[in-house]
Amino acid sequence: MAVFAASMILLLGFVWQATVGTLMEQMDETIRADIKGLEEQYATGGANRIARIIRDRVRRDPAGRTVYLLTDPLLQPIVGSLAAWPDGEPDPEGWLTFRIPDRESPEGDPLLARARTFRLAGGLRLLVGREVHDLRHTRDRLANAILWGVGLTLLLALAGGFAMSRSTARRIEAINETSREIMTGDLSRRIPVRGSGDDFDRLAVNLNEMLSRIQTLMEGLRHVSDNIAHDLRTPLARLRSRLESLREGASDADNFRRGVSEALAEADELIAMFNALLRITQIEAGGRRENFGPVDLGALVRDVGELYEPLAQAKGQHFSLDDAEAAEIDGDRDLLFQAAANLVDNAVKYTPAGGAVGIAAEVGKITVWDTGPGIPPDRREAVFERFRRLNPSRNEPGSGLGLTLARAVADLHGGAVAFADNRPGLRVTLSIGQPPSSARRDMH
Amino acid sequence: MRVLVIEDDREVASYVLKVLAEAGHNGVAAEDGGTGLALATSEDFDALVVDRMLPQIDGLAIVSALRTSDRRVPVLILSALGEVTDRVKGLRAGGDDYLVKPFAAAELLARLEALVRRSAGRAANETALAVGGLEVDLLAREARRDGRQIELQPREFRLLEFLMRNAGTVVTRTMLLENVWDYHFDPQTNVIDVHISRLRSKIDKGFDRPLIHTVRGAGYVLRDADPPS
Repeated sequence: MAVFAASMILLLGFVWQATVGTLMEQMDETIRADIKGLEEQYATGGANRIARIIRDRVRRDPAGRTVYLLTDPLLQPIVGSLAAWPDGEPDPEGWLTFRIPDRESPEGDPLLARARTFRLAGGLRLLVGREVHDLRHTRDRLANAILWGVGLTLLLALAGGFAMSRSTARRIEAINETSREIMTGDLSRRIPVRGSGDDFDRLAVNLNEMLSRIQTLMEGLRHVSDNIAHDLRTPLARLRSRLESLREGASDADNFRRGVSEALAEADELIAMFNALLRITQIEAGGRRENFGPVDLGALVRDVGELYEPLAQAKGQHFSLDDAEAAEIDGDRDLLFQAAANLVDNAVKYTPAGGAVGIAAEVGKITVWDTGPGIPPDRREAVFERFRRLNPSRNEPGSGLGLTLARAVADLHGGAVAFADNRPGLRVTLSIGQPPSSARRDMH
Repeated sequence: MRVLVIEDDREVASYVLKVLAEAGHNGVAAEDGGTGLALATSEDFDALVVDRMLPQIDGLAIVSALRTSDRRVPVLILSALGEVTDRVKGLRAGGDDYLVKPFAAAELLARLEALVRRSAGRAANETALAVGGLEVDLLAREARRDGRQIELQPREFRLLEFLMRNAGTVVTRTMLLENVWDYHFDPQTNVIDVHISRLRSKIDKGFDRPLIHTVRGAGYVLRDADPPS
């Protein structure tokens, strides 16, 4: 506001100077030139000459626009349009402002004149001036207009600024209030959006999106800790009771050692489970994009294949690899390997002897298929839950987090994990980047 | 072997010392970074075990300090932080290996011994390795046992090479995963075991004695257990 006012004043000052100021300067210049001219005349023709000129000029100006007066050293008028030398002290440069009767309406108010006084050689005094009444009048009117203009503008600016800041304050207060409510724990609150599409609305939309994401993460965290509590508790309890029975049981050294080994294996499994959970949580929190780099999907599936092929063979399964259409993508090499390995691990684990398992890479996706029992469509979402196994059995190793991790990895890469019927068996597609919309629909 | 353990957690420190003692090694403990660094620079050790989280000073800073003062002693970093980036940071700071807590005694020992062995036999320009009748040509990528050529896939060769470079010392599954496969991941099943048994069937089967042995609860070791007299 202050800046606006200051620039207004500056602008108006400039306008003033450009118009009124210039006019006044021009007037003074004219008067000066006039004096100079007369001075020259005096020098060549003496007092008589200029007296004649002045008389002439006065006669030719009935309206009295021009003011002349020639006096003797004692200020006794010789010739001119004034009756007497005006009162008042001239300023250091010899300028004088005074009133003269209005020739056109002698009974009216006297007009204002501005003149310059001059002392001629020989002591004669010369006064040359112009009537400035109109000019002054114009100046005053202009000043008035300007002042009114400034005043109104300032007022409008004040009013407008006030209104705007009130509106802004209200919008900000809305955000503040929502934030306060959220901070007291209600994560479902959202900032009201006016629908006007202005900056505040855009801000509100973005903040709301952020809040939704936070809410999802918080719920995920709660979910995770619930699951951790539930699912780690059982193996922990089992470990404990195993150790306890070891302590109580009176058995020989060999049995004891075996019991301890089993307990240790249990503990190791717990640790692996814990690490996997930690990894999944980190991936889901999305903090791992810094490890992204170019990943050759073809090389990756070849490596996964090479790792699992012996296992498949040992189980009497046929393993196949297809990297013909593989491409390079941007992602986290280790995570993608882990996800693909988990999928292949599952395939090998659940496919009976004589079956087949395969992995293929195409542009933006990895597919793992098998000829095992598959997953019934109504269970396909449930398998993603942590620690969920289709047929809970303690015989199979693995923490039950394989698919959960695979999905977290897919999510991180902006993709998804989708199931399909391999006819027979299961076909799992790990897509990285924009998944085809059909895959998204499959999942939900 | 003489090992300095810089660890502020008393339980972990005494555990490590016990493990070392039971394996016939000499362990010395330092409770904080300052003492540890002083000991490391003033005395000779075959290896260092440094915890990453020490009070007042970061374990990695100690390792860096040692490396800047040109101490080449092998360092095993112990840490609760187990992500790839943490491991990379640890190795970049000058650590030679990185072990995540909680760890098994066998893992610690295997890695320490492999470290010391690696720094002792610094012949990186070896072109061939031999154990018993088994010979491996690192340039031609070929293996022979008792003169007989053995067909190995590239990965199998790498596996054998790693076992041979650490011949006589236990190699854990995690070590194999880290060194033979370039991925940092946790397999769900003991898929490594299958690779080992495949390798065994190629280099042990049909020969008079096995060279690859399973060490229960730890891993594997390649060793000529009873050489012919």
